[in-house]
Amino acid sequence: MCLAIPAKVLSVDGPAARVLIGDTEYNASLLLIDDVKEGDYIMLHAGFAIQKVDEEEAIETMRLLNEVAGYGPES
Amino acid sequence: MKYIDEYRKKDLILGIADEIRKISKKEIALMEVCGGHTMAIHRFGLHSFLPPTVSLLSGPGCPVCVSGQHFIDTAIAYCRQAGVILTTYGDLIRVPGSSSSLEKERAAGQDIRIVYSVLESLEIARKNPGSKVVFLGIGFETTAPLTAAAIAEASKLKLRNFHVLSAHKVMPPVMKALVKDGMKINGFIAPGHVTAITGTGIYKDLPEIFGLGVVVSGFEPVDMMQSILMLVRQLEAGKPGVEIQYQRVVQQQGNVKARKLLDTVFELKDDYWRGLGMIPLSGLKIRSEFSEFDIEKILPVDVAMAPEPKGCICGMILRGLKKPSDCKLFAGRCTPSDPVGACMVSGEGTCATYYKYRE
Ligand code: SF4
Repeated sequence: MCLAIPAKVLSVDGPAARVLIGDTEYNASLLLIDDVKEGDYIMLHAGFAIQKVDEEEAIETMRLLNEVAGYGPES
Repeated sequence: MKYIDEYRKKDLILGIADEIRKISKKEIALMEVCGGHTMAIHRFGLHSFLPPTVSLLSGPGCPVCVSGQHFIDTAIAYCRQAGVILTTYGDLIRVPGSSSSLEKERAAGQDIRIVYSVLESLEIARKNPGSKVVFLGIGFETTAPLTAAAIAEASKLKLRNFHVLSAHKVMPPVMKALVKDGMKINGFIAPGHVTAITGTGIYKDLPEIFGLGVVVSGFEPVDMMQSILMLVRQLEAGKPGVEIQYQRVVQQQGNVKARKLLDTVFELKDDYWRGLGMIPLSGLKIRSEFSEFDIEKILPVDVAMAPEPKGCICGMILRGLKKPSDCKLFAGRCTPSDPVGACMVSGEGTCATYYKYRE
């Protein structure tokens, strides 16, 4: 029920966006977040973007994980 | 990055599992609060990667399961009123009430429509000015802001025939109630999308007062394994705290805009949780400023509290005290296609998850 899925923003039109998950396009309401632009990733939950996905944080987390898993800093 | 495949890599999961095995000495029990986490654990078989020192318990984080029968009975009472169109997320349609379900009511001719988003309910209200459109507001802090946004929109658009029956609930009081209840756990794998809205402030008491570790986790297998590793580290070091594993989505302060909207439209009330009883200030009711959108104010119905279905131990399961396999009805009398209790209906209910992934 609290499921939210990462979706790529294709276009923004006022308080709404078209987003892409896999090969399927969806509408996403932007009533709950600001400053969304084309190319961003958002978390889509029941038709609403509830948060942006922070790419830098994601890369940093992956780097740390790869280190733990013994791949060294690069992967 | 697509934010999915990278978090399902087997070698990464195994690498983290090795690290957990290396450092885990103390026996610990961790509770995953969220039904989405329960699903991920079973779907990816994460139990099999953990050392015997670490055990996982499923918690009460399935909104459909904890709202249970009385809410469904009330929804049914509303859909039987003349001129009402009931709109609901699909999750609720098959949940058994004390004598019927929304699915049965729909087959009997009541106007019940499944929506993917509350915004569709607004649209239905706009197109049917002569009807009262009632939306079943269910879910935790992840979902409640959506309902709040819809009510705020309805208010702005003067859409006076849009109404909500709110069973929205909040997470922190129930997490504390479980611990006070004597639940033996050492830490929480905390719900990622709830926290994306609320921020981490809501968990402050858990380490400070109860000595529990809290890690806010994402929902992919790598996320979950990392969260478990972080909890093991905290607990081995004897330094429980609140940490965020799900950094790419969760900020410490949460989603400030959504929180504000939630506060504008809703206020806390004491609420009933299936299997747990009344928990103070654990539910959300619509503030009086927005009472024209509150169906319970506009059109009160009186629905008696019916007893839970006989033999169903959902309540114990929601508290992590029993497993679905302890229920005599599990997989026999009670299956997803013919469920007895709510825990078997919702895709993320613990019984449904165990059923789907049973040996
Ligand atoms: S298996 Fe069915 S009857 Fe048993 S606890 Fe789960 S939902 Fe209730």
